[in-house]
Formats: sequence, C-alpha cells, structure tokens
Amino acid sequence: MNMLEDFKNLWVYIEAVDGRAKSVGLELLNPGRRLADINKEKLIAVVIGDDACNVAKTAIAYGADEVILVEGDEYKEYSTDGYVNVLDKLVEKYKPSTLLIGATNNGRDVAPRLACRIKTGLTADCTGLDIDEESGNVAWTRPAFGGNLMATILCPNTRPQIGTVRPGVFKKIEPDFSREAKISRERINTPKEGIRTKLIECIKETSGEIVNLEEAEIIVSGGRGLGKAENFSLIRELADVLGATVGSSRAAVDAGWISHMHQVGQTGKTVQPKVYVACGISGAIQHLAGMNSADTIIAINKDEDAPIFDVADYGIVGNLFEVLPVLIEEIKKIKIIKV
Amino acid sequence: MNILVCVKQVPDTTEIKIDPITNTLIRAGVPSILNPFDAYALELAIRIKETNGGLVTVLTMGPDQAKSALKECLSAGADKAILVSDRAFGGSDTLATSYILSTTIKAIENKTENFDLILCGKQAIDGDTGQVGPEIAEHLGYGQVTYAADITVDGENLRVKRENEDHYEIIETQIPAVITVIKTAYELRYATIKSKMAANKIQIPTMTSIDLVIDLERTGLKGSPTKVKKTFIPQLKKSGIKIKEETVRESVLKLISLLSDATLI
Repeated sequence: MNMLEDFKNLWVYIEAVDGRAKSVGLELLNPGRRLADINKEKLIAVVIGDDACNVAKTAIAYGADEVILVEGDEYKEYSTDGYVNVLDKLVEKYKPSTLLIGATNNGRDVAPRLACRIKTGLTADCTGLDIDEESGNVAWTRPAFGGNLMATILCPNTRPQIGTVRPGVFKKIEPDFSREAKISRERINTPKEGIRTKLIECIKETSGEIVNLEEAEIIVSGGRGLGKAENFSLIRELADVLGATVGSSRAAVDAGWISHMHQVGQTGKTVQPKVYVACGISGAIQHLAGMNSADTIIAINKDEDAPIFDVADYGIVGNLFEVLPVLIEEIKKIKIIKV
Repeated sequence: MNILVCVKQVPDTTEIKIDPITNTLIRAGVPSILNPFDAYALELAIRIKETNGGLVTVLTMGPDQAKSALKECLSAGADKAILVSDRAFGGSDTLATSYILSTTIKAIENKTENFDLILCGKQAIDGDTGQVGPEIAEHLGYGQVTYAADITVDGENLRVKRENEDHYEIIETQIPAVITVIKTAYELRYATIKSKMAANKIQIPTMTSIDLVIDLERTGLKGSPTKVKKTFIPQLKKSGIKIKEETVRESVLKLISLLSDATLI
C-alpha cells in the first residue's frame, strides 16, 4: 500500500503536436514552479511523442528541473489508450504528488481516464492553483454553473492529485535556452492491439485559417448582427489587422455562416483571451459564459441596451457596418497591438 | 445497435441569479432541464437506431424528480429509461458517479444484453467537468472517443468525427465504445403531444444499491477523492465605458485613445 508521503514532485504534462509543445503545458510550468517550491518539490515535465526531444528541451527552457521523455512510433499521434498507458506506468514508477495537464481537448480526454485507472481525484478546467495552507494539498479553483460559481477543490487522500488547467490563464516565463537539466528517457510500449482508436484523417478548415480559440490572445467575434455569411469578411479583416482569431456567437453558427469550431459560449468554447472584440453580438448569457473571463472586452453593437455592454470594458454604440471599416482603417495606421 | 445514452438533469444555469445580499446562488425557481449536450447525444442515438435498427435506452442518476428528464427523452424517441437513485449516492464526485453508473450499466447488461455503444454529452452544464464519460469507459474497459460531432456506423466499426482545437479528426474504432458528444448539426427532435402522453404513462424503473453489485465505500461523499473546500461567487465585471460620439470616426478614435491609455494599443 502506498502512503501519501511516498508521493513526491510536481509534474506538468507537456502536450506535443507534430514535435512542438502546446502553449498551455509551458504556461503551467510557471504556476507549477510556485507550487513545487512551496512544498519543496521538484518541477518535472513529462513529454510523450515519437520524436519529442525538442519538446523536452523546450520544457527545460521554460523552467522544468527535469524531464521524463517517452518516445515511440505508437505515440506519433495522440491516442487515449496509448497515452493513458504511458502516464499510468510513469505514475506507478515515479509516484508524483501532483500532475497538471492542460485543459485542451486531448488533455481532457486523457486526464479522466488516467485518474479513473489510478482511482484518484481529478479537478477539471481549473483557473486558479494554490497550496492549501493547512494541509499542503493543491487547492484547485474552477468555475462551475456556467461561471456563476467558483469552487475550490482539494484531493486530500489519494495521490497523485490531478487537475486540468484552462489555457491562457497563466503566463509563460521568459524561456532560457541555455538552461540544462536531466532528461530521463523511459521506454514504455503500448501494443498495437491495445490502441483501440485509429486516427484516419485530420480535416482543417477549408479557408486555411487557424481556429485555436482556447489559446488565442485576441479574439474578434461576430454574431447575428452581421446579417449574412459574407459579412464575416469584415470580422476576418479586423482579426487580420489585430493578429486575432475569429470567433462567433451561437446565432451565427446556427445560421450556417461559420463552423461550430468558432463558437464561443455554453455550447461552444470557453475562452480566456487578453482582448475579446464582440461585433454584432447582443450578449446572451450563454455567450457571456464562454468569454466573460477575457481580460478586456470590447463591444460594438447598435443596440445601446444590449447586455454585452454590461460586461464590456469599452463599447461603441453604432452600426457595425459603419464602425468596423473605420476601426480597421485606424488600427492599420497604428499597426501594432501590444499584448 | 443497442445504444445507451447517459443523461443528467441540470439546473438551467442561464437562469441562475446571484443574491446580492448573501452573495450566493439563488437556486429556487431555477428550471431543471435535460443537459443540452445529452440532448445532442440522444438525437444522435435515435438517428443511429433509425439507420441501423436497435434500441435506445437512457440512464440517469439522480433524485426521483430526474424522471422528468427521462420522460423528455422517452417522448423524443428513446425506447427505455432507467433511473438509478440511492441516498448513499448523494455527494458523489465524478469518480464515484462514474463507478455507480458503470455498475448500473453492468447490472442492466446482466438482465438484458450488452450495449454496443454508450453515448454521453461532452459535459454537463452545471459541473462542466466532462469527466464522467471517459471514467465510465475506464470502469467498463471500453474504448473511448470524446468531443464527437458525428458518428457513422458500419457493422461493428464506428467512424467518429471528433472536434479538436483547430481541426476535426476522423477516428475509427469498434464497438463496444463510449463516445461523448458535443453540439452536433442535429437538434433533439420535438416530441409530439401523442409521444408526450405515451411517455407520461410509462412507469420508469428505479434501481437502487440493492439492485447493484456495488461497494458503497466507493460512492457518495466518502467514496469521492475530491472534496469541495469552499465555493464563492466570482467578481463580476462592471460595465465599462460606452462610446457614442457624433460620428462613427469620432467614436472609433475615442475607443482607440482609451485603449491606448490602458496600454492595450
């Protein structure tokens, strides 16, 4: 029987795609460092892939004390079975006290399966991380009830304590690529028949635009006020000059103007950008639930009483077809937005 | 295809208000609804049944009043509904909940036949964890696909269109499998008056711990590894500056100057 005190060190799982670290894993090394220091633990990055040595080195640059690296052909693409197998074997061998996982789709796929295999507690989609002073447990804070309530969760009796953490909440530290640290290579096989899902195809948006709303620093969203699909070109143009990602309200998705991948809100995505620009979006509570934790919200709407203005830091009351072209023109003059 | 859809009755979180004096959630009077993602999962199940034949069963864990969510499912086209309910299950976190549900699924399968496909919504809108589906898959030892936007069935093969952050994936897997469903292109069909009346007449069976081979130490508060330390109401954003100048250009310039003052530009 393992005792709680047998479990040591804080792990951050660094999700890698095509040999590159996803941003959220590197972000988590920042709060990971703070929590590890409080409990006098090491901060260890865990990397899985087929050729992921560079990801391991990146994790060191962003602050990891050590990296555990598992490579194999079977890990070229993410699979639930393969990745859970690796993490489970690693946890069994090394016994970490805490595991932080980015709340990406794959992160939220792997984490519950792993937690259930280990029979430990998992807290989803955290936006706050701390150490509970009395017990030394990680205090996981997360929104619930559509963001109406925050809950702080502890996992006092089982180890490791696992949480998925929302992208964009924590900031990456300045990387130092001259840092050196140990990389431990572990060989863990997952037999072919043990991987029950097969990735056949990846379908990118036909327009070729990138729609990673969860990691976007600036989002420009369009809603019902656009009137028709073609008018999303105005949103795209503003997004282009701002270096932003295009989002939308549910109304625009349901009208068939843009794909669901862009939808922000209760039945779409929850986003945490630095700047969120809502154009022609009235601000139904379902939409607000997905974006009200943006650092700065800018709204453009012709209806002065639209609820979007209740959460907007800055709002222009006006017809978006008149406002947006002028805004695009003026921003082009300034060119660079600092984020 | 024998399909099970796990559903949850949730408070309509968009109707929740904050009591400004006590700074707590006002839950009284908030309508209970079928979790929206479960409604998409149910519609997908009904469509699979229509093309491939089979049965659609819905299962929920909750108090007796959760039967109204099951009746909604029946009136939309589910064939059977089961409630699992026990005081010992109250306060269960996702690990305990998924244990209870998977134990219930095994008990149902023992009495009838095995499920080929188990669908869940990607998450419930009250807890927003998205953990119960994958945890059910782990308890049952089945394969899983999360964030499904569509499923096509070809014999024992399942082809799933899965949403990832910036692309869709086509994933192939085999039955039995647990699949969690996002908002799809198919809204849950409307019930007819006739189907509603028929659903109202159905006696929904309730299973309790007595009907299950279950370790009660692993259920409820004591079976839950996660504990809620505290809850609080987040600070809501105050409405900011509304700009409405004489001309559009003046409004835009004012916005830009404000953004510049806030060092956002």
